[in-house]
Amino acid sequence: MGLSAAALLWGLPGLLLTIALHPALSPCPAQASVPAHRDYCVLGAGPAGLQMAYFLQRAGRDYAVFERAPGPGSFFTRYPRHRKLISINKRYTGKANAEFNLRHDWNSLLSHDPRLLFRHYSNAYFPDAGDMVRYLGDFADRLGLHVLYNTTIAHVTLNKDQRAWNGHYFILTDQKGQAYQCSVLLVATGLSVPNQVDFPGSEYVDGYESVSVDPKDFVGQNVLILGRGNSAFETAENILGVTNFIHMLSRSRVRLSWATHYVGDLRAINNGLLDTYQLKSLDGLLESDLTDLAIVKDHEGKFHVTLKFFLEEGNRSADAVPLPQDDNDNFALRVAYDRVIRCLGWNFDFSIFSKSLRLSAGGELSKKYPLVKASYESKGSRGLFVLGTASHSVDYRESAGGFIHGFRYTVRAVHRLLEQRHHGVTWPSTQHPITQLASAIIRRVNEASGLYQMFSVLADVVLLKENATAFEYLEEFPMQMLAQLETITGRRARHGLFVINMEYGRNFSGPDKDVFFYDRSVGHTEDAWLSNFLHPVIYYYRHLPTEQEVRFRPAGWPLPRPTAIHHIVEDFLTDWTAPVGHILPLRRFLENCLDTDLRSFYAESCFLFALTRQKLPPFCQQGYLRTQGLVGTESLRQRGVESGLLWDYATVGRGDSGQQPGDHGPGQHPLAPGPPVSPFDSNKEEL
Amino acid sequence: MSFSFNALRVGISFVMMCIFYMSAVDSLPELSPQKFFSTLQPGKATLAYFCQADSPSTSIFLEELNEADKPLQDYGISVAKVNCVTEETSRYCGSEKDLMKAYLFRGHILLREFPTDTLFDVDAIVAHVLFALLFNEVKYITTLEDLQNTENALKGKANIAFSYVRAIGTPEHRAVMEAAFVYGTTYQFVLTTEIALLESIGTEDIEYAHLYFFHCKPVLDLTQQCRRTLMEQSLTTLNIHRFMKTMEAPLLTEVAEDPQQVSTVHLQLGLPLGVPVEFLVLNNIDLIVSRVESNMHIEETHEDEDNDIEGPDMDIQDDEVAETVYRDRKRQLPLELTVELTEETFNETVTASDSIVLFYAGWQAVSMAFLQSYIDVAIKLKGTSTMLLTRVNCADWSHVCAKQNVTEFPVVKMYKEGENPVSYAGMLGTEDLLKFIQLNRISCPVNITSVQEAEEYLSGKLHKDLISYSSVSVLGLFSPTMTTAKEEFTEAGNYLKGYVITGIYSEEDVLTLSNKYAVTLPALLLARHKEGKIESISLANVHAQEIVQIITNASLETFPEITVENLPTYLRLQKPLLILFSDGSINPQHKKAILTLVKEKHLDSLTPCWLNLKNTPVGRGILQAYFDTLPPLPLLAVVNLHSGGQVFAFPSDQTITEQNLLLWLKKLEAGLESHIKILPAQEWKPPLPAYDFLSMMDAATSQHPARKVPECIKETDVQENDKEQPEDKLAIRNEPTGTLRTKHWNRSNWFEEAKKQFS
Repeated sequence: MGLSAAALLWGLPGLLLTIALHPALSPCPAQASVPAHRDYCVLGAGPAGLQMAYFLQRAGRDYAVFERAPGPGSFFTRYPRHRKLISINKRYTGKANAEFNLRHDWNSLLSHDPRLLFRHYSNAYFPDAGDMVRYLGDFADRLGLHVLYNTTIAHVTLNKDQRAWNGHYFILTDQKGQAYQCSVLLVATGLSVPNQVDFPGSEYVDGYESVSVDPKDFVGQNVLILGRGNSAFETAENILGVTNFIHMLSRSRVRLSWATHYVGDLRAINNGLLDTYQLKSLDGLLESDLTDLAIVKDHEGKFHVTLKFFLEEGNRSADAVPLPQDDNDNFALRVAYDRVIRCLGWNFDFSIFSKSLRLSAGGELSKKYPLVKASYESKGSRGLFVLGTASHSVDYRESAGGFIHGFRYTVRAVHRLLEQRHHGVTWPSTQHPITQLASAIIRRVNEASGLYQMFSVLADVVLLKENATAFEYLEEFPMQMLAQLETITGRRARHGLFVINMEYGRNFSGPDKDVFFYDRSVGHTEDAWLSNFLHPVIYYYRHLPTEQEVRFRPAGWPLPRPTAIHHIVEDFLTDWTAPVGHILPLRRFLENCLDTDLRSFYAESCFLFALTRQKLPPFCQQGYLRTQGLVGTESLRQRGVESGLLWDYATVGRGDSGQQPGDHGPGQHPLAPGPPVSPFDSNKEEL
Repeated sequence: MSFSFNALRVGISFVMMCIFYMSAVDSLPELSPQKFFSTLQPGKATLAYFCQADSPSTSIFLEELNEADKPLQDYGISVAKVNCVTEETSRYCGSEKDLMKAYLFRGHILLREFPTDTLFDVDAIVAHVLFALLFNEVKYITTLEDLQNTENALKGKANIAFSYVRAIGTPEHRAVMEAAFVYGTTYQFVLTTEIALLESIGTEDIEYAHLYFFHCKPVLDLTQQCRRTLMEQSLTTLNIHRFMKTMEAPLLTEVAEDPQQVSTVHLQLGLPLGVPVEFLVLNNIDLIVSRVESNMHIEETHEDEDNDIEGPDMDIQDDEVAETVYRDRKRQLPLELTVELTEETFNETVTASDSIVLFYAGWQAVSMAFLQSYIDVAIKLKGTSTMLLTRVNCADWSHVCAKQNVTEFPVVKMYKEGENPVSYAGMLGTEDLLKFIQLNRISCPVNITSVQEAEEYLSGKLHKDLISYSSVSVLGLFSPTMTTAKEEFTEAGNYLKGYVITGIYSEEDVLTLSNKYAVTLPALLLARHKEGKIESISLANVHAQEIVQIITNASLETFPEITVENLPTYLRLQKPLLILFSDGSINPQHKKAILTLVKEKHLDSLTPCWLNLKNTPVGRGILQAYFDTLPPLPLLAVVNLHSGGQVFAFPSDQTITEQNLLLWLKKLEAGLESHIKILPAQEWKPPLPAYDFLSMMDAATSQHPARKVPECIKETDVQENDKEQPEDKLAIRNEPTGTLRTKHWNRSNWFEEAKKQFS
């Protein structure tokens, strides 16, 4: 990912940079003050740090945020270099629903204060980074968050103590030698170290962090840009009009975010060079591994690309170094460049963390991030959580967890986990009678922003009560932690559960895929499982999956194989409220999982059932029998008679009612229980 | 259940015959036993009735037998009446007791003897006789196993005509037997009277006779099920004949000549019924299918042979609320009569004036159905109420609703200045909500300040305009020092606010009232305005919750008219209902009889009530469920809803008097009355299956996504799949969507192809 979602990517300006600039501060001063204690310490007052501070503040917790700079969001004071955020600030959606509108607001943090919405800070669809700095400042001030500015945490270590919540305290030491003892450490320092590739001649290269942003400095030049992410393209875009040509070189092929559905890949707003490349305007893209590369400077001060391998043949003057074009006279990079610019992204700063914390880098694809569990807790030390951009190893190249519009929800999930773990506050939930199940799901898939932004990472969970007569609804649970749901939430999942996720079609997105192919959308309910665009998917489990089942789930599945699955067919308007297209198939799915009839009935039908059957459908039991039946109006009654779903009892048995073909016969209510169908869940006693 | 039910029917038909057939002429040959036996021909069947006297009771049977003569003749069976009165005796004549018997002979061999009450009418006679004669052709079975055995035995050999009739001797049974007489050698007929058997093969509406054609002849694989076709029409001889004919006819006939000249079985049978023959040019399968489906009278029910779960009806709305709301969606409601609240206006509005707020969701059917009632309330209250009627669409303002603790829909809350919001807990309908709003105009309990005011309150004069909304007025009587008791009562009054009018009196002269109504304090007086009665109940050491219970129970009537709205309140008593069904207002004699029994405590184990079909037309549906056809009214029934579900009907030939009713109830209690019906105890299962997407996904990947398969194995699998599917992907991709919709396997292939293209 390059400087993609540029502004968003780095929660906090690099603490390390500061330390590097002030080497004198690194050794701890001798003064051994008593460490100040905080239950929660947050590193970094970027968007993620402030978001966590907000939740801690609202819960009345003992916390402090440590920030190196004199104000919040200092990363955004410098980055992105060309100042345009590529996170959208969509101010109009045609809807009043504030929760829904957050689906299209990629910059705001979560709070109860409607004034703290980013649309009040910028009119631009792609806002200026300065507005983000202003916004974050207001967010910290208005909410009165406890941030210690100008406090550079230089060192973090672990102090074992039986009395501590997690068996140890985190000891933070700042630049003045002041120590802080923390029960829980929340690291929201972003990615702050520019990624550098070491190759011969790398000293001639300008870094993205310091390269000129004035196009005048590039007039009439041949420019080579190393990198293929948003920062590389952003840089190219800025000078496209004044250079002779721009060549872009990187190991991997370009990944277009509209093909991958990953906002960290190249966004269309930055890809002007692709246009000029493909329209034969001299600019171009090349693929090669940068570690094989060497750059030599000739006597005119121009740069030539060659291979490291050639340099190993002994010391020669720059002009004598062999070049690929010596043997291969049509080598693509045979021209001399006036400038080479490095835009290779950023890494997490591991250096301030003591070895005892066992904070290690993620896997091959995500080694720029610290390794964390799906609960955002470090694998190495309990009580250490990574938030914000730095937590992106969980969903790198998949969902939005590395960006404000994603991590604002994962931070909330971490906070909910902490509330349960340390304060016995169970995961918030609402409880409803089973007849509300379809409505509860429909409501969430239509408005929930957390599900929508953090698709396939955060999912809603429905926990069924005994006999499936009621359920609890939990929002935005980290779905990879499903096996540990009871511990994390403090809720019981003993009678089966549903998981509500949002997903793109399995084979729809990815680099190089044609996402605009003919016939790409699905309209029929029975084809819903072939939906390509983001759509709700509901998993039903009779039992909570085990850790093993989650870990060894089928490839490409976000969750283990369920007892049954339902896809709500993709919708062009992302409006899943169509009675027959969306709600009816969902009801049938739920009915078959629960082996019951979830239809709604007017009071008159319930009355008939109550006097002609020994059992009543749940809707009549939970409504009518509790004197809360739905009476209906005369016009609705007539519609019912018209549709054949209701009888006109005034004429029943009057001789003129004559049976019509297809009638079920007198006495048999058209909606009475149908013949038994085989439900998904044949194991009835479980429910 | 069906058995006793039929016995009842038999009784009825005998009575009917007495009336209409007394004077009919007897034309059967009357023979002496000797003469009769001499006329019997080898191989020929004869039904003979042996009787001694021409008594009126036997002549009823003779009328029926006489009627049966002609149809039986058609099947080559003769009918005779044998007179035992002469000197000759025969063992068939029997003694007095065995008078009522008929005998079926083939030649001289006795095949079967019939008590005459089994041959209760023409249909029964024909059915029984044919049933006896076609013993081999018509197999009578009682279990699913029998059916499966028969089915298995005939696979690849012959087709089966399987029928269910409610009882032997019914008109449907006769029709089946007549069909068996004709087709018995071609098809194996199988007959059952077991409902369970019919249920087990997945039939709906088991109350009626059914005939299935099992296509077993073409089935060669023994593991395969025979395809079944259900005959949709009622079981009459003609319908069965037509059905059998079409089962034989090819579904499609290819012709090369002028269509006018073509004659197929269907055309000969005049099918499709009542529809003129049309000649159409149809371009694709879908058009033909939809054309036929819309005109279809004989619908085929296919068994799940190819695991094809595409039921034809899964996309058809079967939720009455959702469907009616959808059909009514274009109605313009006068929504402007209520104030629409938003995030900005909500707090301001509900604090500025007393308000009712309806929280609903625009996409939720139940909400939208109730919105109509809500608007009706607004229409009724227009310009008269100080209460502001408002609404919030939670689909738009979810934060507003969440802040008010509303997470399900619909919810009605009342906001009054200085009080906590109150959720409305009554029926979601115009009348009950209106009542709630009206009764909330007064603060409950009302503080009564003088004895005179208390009397006005009890007589209903004080709240004249509200009396119609509350069947009772409750007045708590306390001496001024009874603080705790007053608090408990006030709490109860608050709780019942909007449902019952309550008042409180605790002045120094409270004894005037307690003496007048002969109660010790603390107490409550309960004024039943309709009956003009005032009851008193002592309230010593009773908590608010119990007071609520006392008032709720006391406001129940002793012999209420049961309605859709009030039934739940009476069902809470958990007693069997004694319902008097009446078409219009109740006969005062009947009412008096029942009230007397109530007074004498004979009905304590029951909830006596009556149902006015004029006010509650759905009562007809109930009667039909109990009796099949609407019985004459008024009619009295005991419905044991809570244990067993039996329905007992008070004999229609008895008048509803105290004595008769009491006697009947005694017999009922002693278990001497048989029920006319047991209410089905069926669970409410999913009405239809759901799409099984998991199976579709499995089918598409051609194997279950393995749980613990290492990466390398998966890759080889993918390659193998590729090899197995050599079709041209472009060709498949370019097919129009219409054809892609037809079958799953088709789509699955397409999916495979699409996947390959992406990988």
